Amino acid sequence: MAYLITIRVNGVERAAHVDARLLLVDFLRSGLDLTGTHVGCDTSSCGACTVLLNGQAVKSCTVFAVQANNGEVTTVEGLAKDGKYHPVQQAFWDQHGLQCGFCTPGMIMTTVALLKRNPKPNEREIRAGLRGNLCRCTGYHNIVKAVQAAAGSRRTP
Amino acid sequence: MTMVGINESVKRREDPRLITGQGRYVDDITLPGMLHLSLVRSPHAHARIRRIDVSKAAKTEGVVAVFTGADLQEQLGSLPAGWVLPDLKQPKHPPLAVDKVRYVGDPVAAVVAEDPFCAADAARMVKVTYEALPAIVDAEKAQKRGAPILHEGRADAGGAPNNLAFNWEINGGDYSAARKAAEVVVKERIVNQRLIPNAMEPRGVIAQYEPASGNLTMWTSTQIPHLLRLLFALVTGHPEHKLRVIAPDVGGGFGSKLYIYAEEVITGIVAKQLGKPVKWIEGRQENYLATTHGRDHITDVEICGNRDGTITGISCTVHANLGAYLSTFAPLIPTILFGIMLVGVYKLRNVHCEVRGAFTNTTPVDAYRGAGRPEATYLVERMVDRFADAAGRDPVYVRRKNMMAAFKNGKDVATGVKYDSGDYKKALAKALEMVDYRKFKAEQRAARREGRLLGIGFSTYIEICGMAPSAVAASLGAGAGLWESSLVRVHPTGKVTVYTGTSPHGQGHYTSLSQIVSSQLGVPMEDIEVVHGDTAAQQFGTGTFGSRSVVVGGSALYMSLRKVVDKARKIAAHQMGVPEKQVQFASGRFVVEDVPDKSMSFPDVALQAYHAKNLPRGMEPGLEAVSFFDPENFTWPFGCHVAVVEIDAATGEVKLSRYVAVDDVGKVINPMIVDGMVHGGVAQGVGQALIEQAVYSPQGQLLSGSMMDYAVPTAELFPTFETARTETPSPTNPLGVKGAGETGTIAASPAVINAVVDALSHLGVTHVDMPATSEKIWRKIQDAKARRRNGRKG
Repeated sequence: MAYLITIRVNGVERAAHVDARLLLVDFLRSGLDLTGTHVGCDTSSCGACTVLLNGQAVKSCTVFAVQANNGEVTTVEGLAKDGKYHPVQQAFWDQHGLQCGFCTPGMIMTTVALLKRNPKPNEREIRAGLRGNLCRCTGYHNIVKAVQAAAGSRRTP
Repeated sequence: MTMVGINESVKRREDPRLITGQGRYVDDITLPGMLHLSLVRSPHAHARIRRIDVSKAAKTEGVVAVFTGADLQEQLGSLPAGWVLPDLKQPKHPPLAVDKVRYVGDPVAAVVAEDPFCAADAARMVKVTYEALPAIVDAEKAQKRGAPILHEGRADAGGAPNNLAFNWEINGGDYSAARKAAEVVVKERIVNQRLIPNAMEPRGVIAQYEPASGNLTMWTSTQIPHLLRLLFALVTGHPEHKLRVIAPDVGGGFGSKLYIYAEEVITGIVAKQLGKPVKWIEGRQENYLATTHGRDHITDVEICGNRDGTITGISCTVHANLGAYLSTFAPLIPTILFGIMLVGVYKLRNVHCEVRGAFTNTTPVDAYRGAGRPEATYLVERMVDRFADAAGRDPVYVRRKNMMAAFKNGKDVATGVKYDSGDYKKALAKALEMVDYRKFKAEQRAARREGRLLGIGFSTYIEICGMAPSAVAASLGAGAGLWESSLVRVHPTGKVTVYTGTSPHGQGHYTSLSQIVSSQLGVPMEDIEVVHGDTAAQQFGTGTFGSRSVVVGGSALYMSLRKVVDKARKIAAHQMGVPEKQVQFASGRFVVEDVPDKSMSFPDVALQAYHAKNLPRGMEPGLEAVSFFDPENFTWPFGCHVAVVEIDAATGEVKLSRYVAVDDVGKVINPMIVDGMVHGGVAQGVGQALIEQAVYSPQGQLLSGSMMDYAVPTAELFPTFETARTETPSPTNPLGVKGAGETGTIAASPAVINAVVDALSHLGVTHVDMPATSEKIWRKIQDAKARRRNGRKG
């Protein structure tokens, strides 16, 4: 049976009839063509599918689309504003915080939420905060630097 | 306008797409009318297929077709090994199993449906009746009498008696004489555990067939679009010129996307059968079963030498686990890429190595980042430490004493190969300075008095990269040339598109190759486009693996750029009315010597080349060049990595507290990218040393079968890495580069394990197999305590 849901995605209200079993990530990717959110595993381990749901980082592979009904979702496509990258996106670019790019959208969304919670994390807090996101290319070295740079750039006006 | 040169850390040009969600990986592509394929896989490690009942699946709403191995046997062919050793046994490998399944995950049927969920649901309704057979997962036990045989029949009839695929041997010098004369001989059994590569993007394939033209287009997550096209044509008989393979954005590979896979053949053939686009996307648990694994060696090794610290020989017998079938490069990895590396960076004249490659009821094993070289380096560097310990010498002293002197242009070593250039002591010296060895040893002594366990470990590694001189590779078994090609096309406006046969999946070729172009043509980065990963764009290429892309592909590009400049110079000289040799080319301008105001810009010349109103007599219009670069030798990057660990004496937990990496990859195009490569490689090597391990039950079930069970490192495992470089240019290619993709993975695991053993050495521990988990270390510490207690009693 299909359920009518309404979700505000990247500032735009989207309504759809969906199966109860449809995952939020599949709704975003297939239903809305927002393919920046990736699927890297099937056990909620890798974090490539991380999006913001009502301001909190969630693994969209572990949320049913119906659970997000009446909620607000931000994906990586919704971060840049007025032709300017979000400071976290900018920092990932500046610090070479990505290689193959597959984990990157999830890493960026997790970082956005992490810095909202803790605007000036130390290295240990950053590494702990990224625990739910896996990257196989960078050894996390430059991702940590990117988070540090983004934290710094937020303080400058 | 940014003109960029070589050895500059420019930010990557590929990133704006990837940080905004505009990357396009296979699963992001949707074609009109596209169907979805799901595979039914064997739950048994070894079984005969008695019956497959597809009736319920076929009747499910939304299902378009169901195929079994018997249905498509002829069209699917058999997957071959692309590297053939002498006397290699090559049993058939049907993409969809026909009579027998040989590992958990072996595909037995394909279900095609209108949506992926329906395909997955229906795949569960396919009823397969199996007759389970005894399974074998251990490469050594697989060769013993009475072990279950995977590929039955005589060797000349496609069988593999004793499950043995090959028995490969290499001898340099005279090991047995060296051993007889030696004062110190140390033996060890060392296990290099099986790993799962874990590229973050699982594999995926889309195939689209156009019946009227006979054209088949395939988007696939691969490192080797051209080799895949060739292999697909050979396996299925589909004409090569009617097949286009596209590698779109590829989310990591690390060797695991370097082959022709069953799913590529199945999806392509099913698309042909149905005349509709078909997509297959691998799930992660499926990936753990269906995508190749790495390493898995059981090795008996011996090193010998004298009490003064001189090492005279090394010998080993390896049982290499190949899994159930031969993957494309499986015969190469544990033999040539392993055996010839056993000399390391040392003046070691006597080498013996025997490798027995065995079939087992496990996922096929092939290259995983480093591929053979991490196994060799681990063995050599671990045994150098064991030798130093037995000879009562410091491991750094032994390394320095045995290291080859610096050389710039080729050095023959005992395994019959020629290293290109090296200055091993320099890298070691730099690492020692960075880590402050003397100070650390003092700290370690003080810590031990407090009962704290600190350790330091060295890895003075070398690797074989820049794959490869084609004739040499062919003489060793390669089924294809390993050169690389380039096309440089200058447009009439002076913009440039370059085409490469290398196929990046995170390495940053768009940026690095643009830097080479910009440095040679004086064209700004934004005027350069790099096309890769499309067989319709580039005539042929070998792909991206073995740290070859800039070495071989970059050199092919450099050659074409030189040809373009030569032609452009002729045009400029002709039009300016001066002899060619008076025309200098610098910063994008052709300038007449000593007449600085007489010049033409590169775009001016490009326009003239196409306008063709005033070209030198006999010259063809246009401005483009094609080159094929086949290197004269491999390249041999090297360096020194140092790990510092602290072990919790109560829990056995190993904490990596410092990691110093000094690498020599020859000349560097983009230092930022090279550092990034090192970081990622080190992380994979540390992961192997400390936490990663693929585990099979004796019955052949993959126990570490999901990301919840297999320990992929998280950010918390690592300290901030400290990196530095020495620079010894390679004489084998015009750029002087050696390749930087694998250094970290090759160097890291012995550095970490040597540090762990160093931390425990005063307790009498001489070796710890990877991964050095807390349980394993805790047991070592308890055993040591028990020994001491017993010793006191005695």
